[in-house]
Amino acid sequence: MSQEALLNVVDLSIELTDSVPRRTLVRDVSFTVRQGESVGLVGESGSGKSMTVKAAMRLLPRAADATGSIEFEGVSVLDMGRRELARYRSSDVAMIHQDPRAHTNPMQTIGDFLIEGVVSAGLQSKAAAIDRAIGLLDEMGIKDAPRRMAQYPHQLSGGLLQRVMIASALMSEPKLVFADEPTTALDVTVQSEVIAIMVEQIQERGLGMLFITHDLDLAAAVTDSLVVMYAGTVVEKGKAHDIYAGPRHPYTAALLASRPSTTHVKRLVSIPGRPASAYEVPTGCVFAARCPFATELCRSDRPVARELDGRVVACHRAEELTHELKTAASA
Amino acid sequence: MTIDHAQQPVLTVDKLVKVFPGPAGHEHPAVNQVSFTLESGGSLAIVGESGSGKTTTARIVAGLETATSGTVDVDGRVLAGRSRRRTRLANARLVQMVFQDPFGSLDPRQSVGAGIKELLAVHFGWGTAQLTERVTALLQQVGLDERHANKLPRNLSGGQRQRVAIARALALEPKILILDEAVSALDVSVQAQVLNLLADIREATGVSYLFVSHDLGVVRQITETCIVLNQGKIIESGSTAQVLDSPEHPYTQALIDAVPKPGWKPRRRT
Repeated sequence: MSQEALLNVVDLSIELTDSVPRRTLVRDVSFTVRQGESVGLVGESGSGKSMTVKAAMRLLPRAADATGSIEFEGVSVLDMGRRELARYRSSDVAMIHQDPRAHTNPMQTIGDFLIEGVVSAGLQSKAAAIDRAIGLLDEMGIKDAPRRMAQYPHQLSGGLLQRVMIASALMSEPKLVFADEPTTALDVTVQSEVIAIMVEQIQERGLGMLFITHDLDLAAAVTDSLVVMYAGTVVEKGKAHDIYAGPRHPYTAALLASRPSTTHVKRLVSIPGRPASAYEVPTGCVFAARCPFATELCRSDRPVARELDGRVVACHRAEELTHELKTAASA
Repeated sequence: MTIDHAQQPVLTVDKLVKVFPGPAGHEHPAVNQVSFTLESGGSLAIVGESGSGKTTTARIVAGLETATSGTVDVDGRVLAGRSRRRTRLANARLVQMVFQDPFGSLDPRQSVGAGIKELLAVHFGWGTAQLTERVTALLQQVGLDERHANKLPRNLSGGQRQRVAIARALALEPKILILDEAVSALDVSVQAQVLNLLADIREATGVSYLFVSHDLGVVRQITETCIVLNQGKIIESGSTAQVLDSPEHPYTQALIDAVPKPGWKPRRRT
């Protein structure tokens, strides 16, 4: 794995300016995606994972204000001018959305959808783009690609359409792919297949990937490192395998414990309350209200993210809880 | 959980067929010769992917869809296609359903309490005091309180809305509760709460569950028996533990293999 950073996010905060007081959605988020590395951004509703990705593509709604720094290959994304931004979006990064039906035009053929971006950005000629699109569909395991090119989205199943979306993301030969819950809407066996194709294609090309999901099991299985978010902040990040094997933040441990197992029956360890958003949490640790290990300190002082055994954890009690969390997660 | 096998099953589905109309010669059987029984107080899962016919089967049992052929026998009563209002109401008290999306299944302009009261008034014709008392008891049963009775669905979280949907379904004290992907839309941490709640409710009331789901982890936790549907047909059935631990049909095995877990390698089929 190359050490060159593709995307470097440092102390990113996002606030909504159209409410009084301003609502914070994301607070001091930092992470890096290197070339050829896949990073999982994991969190539940309101964790700020989608907002973080929108900020990285400069797709935030008008009323949202991002501060901090987002750099792509050393260039600040937040300060890009119009033409730079257009080039960044059209050829450096690509996005795979959750719902392919909402992100394709029902009146446009698959072929037109695939070539539209690269042709209008002047990256490829129409003939070259068509050849490339057919080649990509082929690699996605779509048989009879030329016929599919002439079809409309409603003629394709969800799994097939999502493969078309992956092909469209790869059309411009990007360096970094954002995959926002790419398989959440699919059946499990179709999910397995689409993930296999996506991971294979991205690894073959040595691309970076930022994989956004609520499913910690899925993220741990397909990514190199994980960034676990809760209420707009990063609570834990590190190697996917390490976090899965031994979480160091109570929230990560609770997430692992609350997932129903297919192999044995147990009383699920549920986290009381519901996932909170950044603007709803009081001072102190963002997870304190739902954390079984919270102390007075946790409720009054927000823990700073710090290095611990090769990963980053934002918890006051991470050291003393190592053993408890490991047992809790595997219980 | 003990099952009294000498007891009559609360639900018997026999050779159920549902054919949806299509172009001539292309009628599509969504449900094909499906038969199963649900023990009183038991919990049965219908497992399958999109298009397997699992939701259609559940909707026929709930009376929301009519079968092309076959019978559904609930507590000794055969549910027929068309019936009079009194029969329909009586049947509704036997089977209640909780849907996947609580936002789509609750009236956005009716407060939680008013919705439950309306339901009770239609079926039991109670007075105000009795209604209020029952609403409070129902909300408590699902882990909510009186304050929630005055709220509109949009002012509740996803987990709370699903609790309200469960309270509404329990209001008529049904013999069978059909849960159609009832926890699929919830965040993992909230899903665990609702699953625990469902286990407690079954323990306390003896209601039977017909649990429609594609999520094998959820199925393992909440059901004792299961049937696996593929293209409208039952391809495997038995105790949930047995089916998930040693599946006999390759399709069931493929479903199990597709669940992400440590060391999981996603597979291409083509």
